[in-house]
Amino acid sequence: MSAHDQAAIDASPRLSKLEAAWVIARRDFVAVLFSRAFLFFLIGPLFPVLVGGLAGSIGGQVSRQAVTIEVGLAMSAEDNAAIIAASDRLRPQLGGAIPALREVTEAQDDPKFDAQAFMEERRGNYAAIVTGSLAAPEVVGTEPHVNRWKGPVELMAADAMAASPLAFPSSRTTTVASSAASERTNRIRTAQAAQMVMFLLTMLLAGMVLSNLAEEKGNKVIEILAAAIPMDSVFMGKLFAMLGVSFVGIAVWGTLGWGFWAIAEDAIVTVTQTNFRELPGPAVGWGMFLFLGVLYFSMAYLLLGALFLTIGAMASTVREVQTMSMPVTMMQLMVFFLAAYTITQPGSALEMGAIAFPLSSPFAMLARAALEETLWIHIGALAWQVLWVGLLVKGGSLLFRKKVMKSGSAGTKKKRGWSFRRNSSEMEPAE
Amino acid sequence: MQVNDHMTPDNGSLLHNSVQPDSRPLAIEARGLVKSFDGTRAVDGVDLSVPEGAIYGVLGPNGAGKTTTLRMLLGIIDPDDGVRMIFGHDRPHDIGRLIGYLPEERGLYPAMKSIEAIAFMGALRGLPLAEGRKRGLELLERHDLAHAANRTIRQLSKGMAQTVQLLGTLVHRPRLVVLDEPFSGLDAINQGKLESMIRALADDGVTVIFSTHVIHHAERLCEGVAIIAGGKVPYAGSVESARDRIPAQVRLETRAREGGWTAALPDAARREGDFFYFPLPETGVEPLLKTLIEGEAGILSLSIERAGLHDAFVAIAGEAAAKQLEADQQGDAK
Repeated sequence: MSAHDQAAIDASPRLSKLEAAWVIARRDFVAVLFSRAFLFFLIGPLFPVLVGGLAGSIGGQVSRQAVTIEVGLAMSAEDNAAIIAASDRLRPQLGGAIPALREVTEAQDDPKFDAQAFMEERRGNYAAIVTGSLAAPEVVGTEPHVNRWKGPVELMAADAMAASPLAFPSSRTTTVASSAASERTNRIRTAQAAQMVMFLLTMLLAGMVLSNLAEEKGNKVIEILAAAIPMDSVFMGKLFAMLGVSFVGIAVWGTLGWGFWAIAEDAIVTVTQTNFRELPGPAVGWGMFLFLGVLYFSMAYLLLGALFLTIGAMASTVREVQTMSMPVTMMQLMVFFLAAYTITQPGSALEMGAIAFPLSSPFAMLARAALEETLWIHIGALAWQVLWVGLLVKGGSLLFRKKVMKSGSAGTKKKRGWSFRRNSSEMEPAE
Repeated sequence: MQVNDHMTPDNGSLLHNSVQPDSRPLAIEARGLVKSFDGTRAVDGVDLSVPEGAIYGVLGPNGAGKTTTLRMLLGIIDPDDGVRMIFGHDRPHDIGRLIGYLPEERGLYPAMKSIEAIAFMGALRGLPLAEGRKRGLELLERHDLAHAANRTIRQLSKGMAQTVQLLGTLVHRPRLVVLDEPFSGLDAINQGKLESMIRALADDGVTVIFSTHVIHHAERLCEGVAIIAGGKVPYAGSVESARDRIPAQVRLETRAREGGWTAALPDAARREGDFFYFPLPETGVEPLLKTLIEGEAGILSLSIERAGLHDAFVAIAGEAAAKQLEADQQGDAK
């Protein structure tokens, strides 16, 4: 270090709060990123996705097989052939309203075939069986299936008996890209999807902050930090470190997700029942929406993180931190439900409340970005949220100094010596 | 004398018993520091004045309020009442780069390499990481620990880890070093090394204040001490002044057991075996010697022993505090 640098240090005898927060953030970020546990953290969420995808795929296949509707034919061979030909003619116009037809093989060589007994013996895999003749068809099956297929069977029989097949006129169609009603409905879907993604990410990632100060308390480093820099810088540094780690995680998961999408788009659409390509564009446009999404995720993370950091810092042991996880998760859910509930009530007092309440504000405002084009309100909302991040960090650090960074009662006998390998997270009483 | 001497009675009021002894500015000045926890007053009106460049000890048994006092001086906790000034600043974090602190509860990140731990502690005090690594390596080499630079803290022995943390405390070249029970847990060799380091720091003009419950560390190192017991500081001043509070003891051995000369002995004189013990008279020993010689007492030996800091501690803090101090020291030894 040059004499000039040393003189600069002497001239400015303290780090600014931002510089101090940067020192903490850099240490924590590097420590987390280069730990083995981070690899498990990264691949952790992929397991449920893979398992869910696999289960969904298998379930979908089973479901498709289970719901395949076949109506059995037990009329004469000629009538069977005629009604099958009629179904082929009608299917282009009526699609799913026409059932798949299959001749009941057991009935072909048995003039005394009893469809009712056959169904009650649970033989075959037919929704219903048609007996009788084209002129007088009889539909045998459970009541729902009889009600469901009676009309289509009569339509097919009528067509089969007609001297000439029905002639369908060719209609002209005109489509519109959107209507006011459909646009709003569609954007609500986008708002819901965005809120859900942000909620899942914050729930997955902000929880990490709960146990963040446990390491410092356990290793007794906390007193060194507290003596060197203001506690709110410690809090802020830790929050931003974990936010950085979260962005790394999101980048990795996003890349993997994009890769999955590229190679298995159809399967994902089938399993999720959502075609993400068809998600309607948000009111502010996709570019601005993604930008706001990053900002609101950061705010949601910092707001919840500041709260979690404070709650976690109050815990004396790791077990206490674990016990706190459940109410904290419930609180996250409530915040999410509040924001989600107000999507369909723009401008209502409840939505304003969700925007004003700091913890739900990022979720409510992200939905706004999907539904309304106005941009200036986002500047105001972000400023409001930044203010609350600052307040929560300040309040948390004050509480931490007051409740945790304190000595015990005088005269308490203490353990002495080194604690690098100890895992106690309670501050020893002082003398 | 280099340190302000004052006695503080139980009510905490400040009674200077000497004038400002030198012109050095004060590194630490505390007046009437009070701190309570859960209704218990841990520190009760502590006054301290530590001039720049001094080695200063805060001496007292466990639970006396030493750590709480140091934490208040450093701004880790705020006092309920009273003021503290470090280099003239009432907010210690405002001059964080000038202070180094070794807490009693030592600790580092176990997965961190030694060199990184030192650099990180420097960075907390404003030293750029690269410079911290460079200085850290120099410090490790100077303490024969260069081989441990790239070992993680969990791979080090306790003594090595403690040295690493101490080097981290010093890497940014602070002007004030605060050490909370620095000798605790060290073997005799490392205690000696630490004493040398503290002396070297003072030689470089660095102010060192440390807490201890081991009297001989304070006696050997410090020019000033604050004796603390039950949250109060009954004495804060130079070690020499503390010792001077107890009159020197005269030990006299005579051939004759009785005689008229015995009337010349002070009233406080007591006989133990062949010896008389009594405080050194204000007039000195010369008049007494004359009487003893004329009375043919037959002086076999006469010695004047100056009181030690331990005697001063007993006199100032009381027997109970002194016994607890001894018990703490014995606990350390075990």
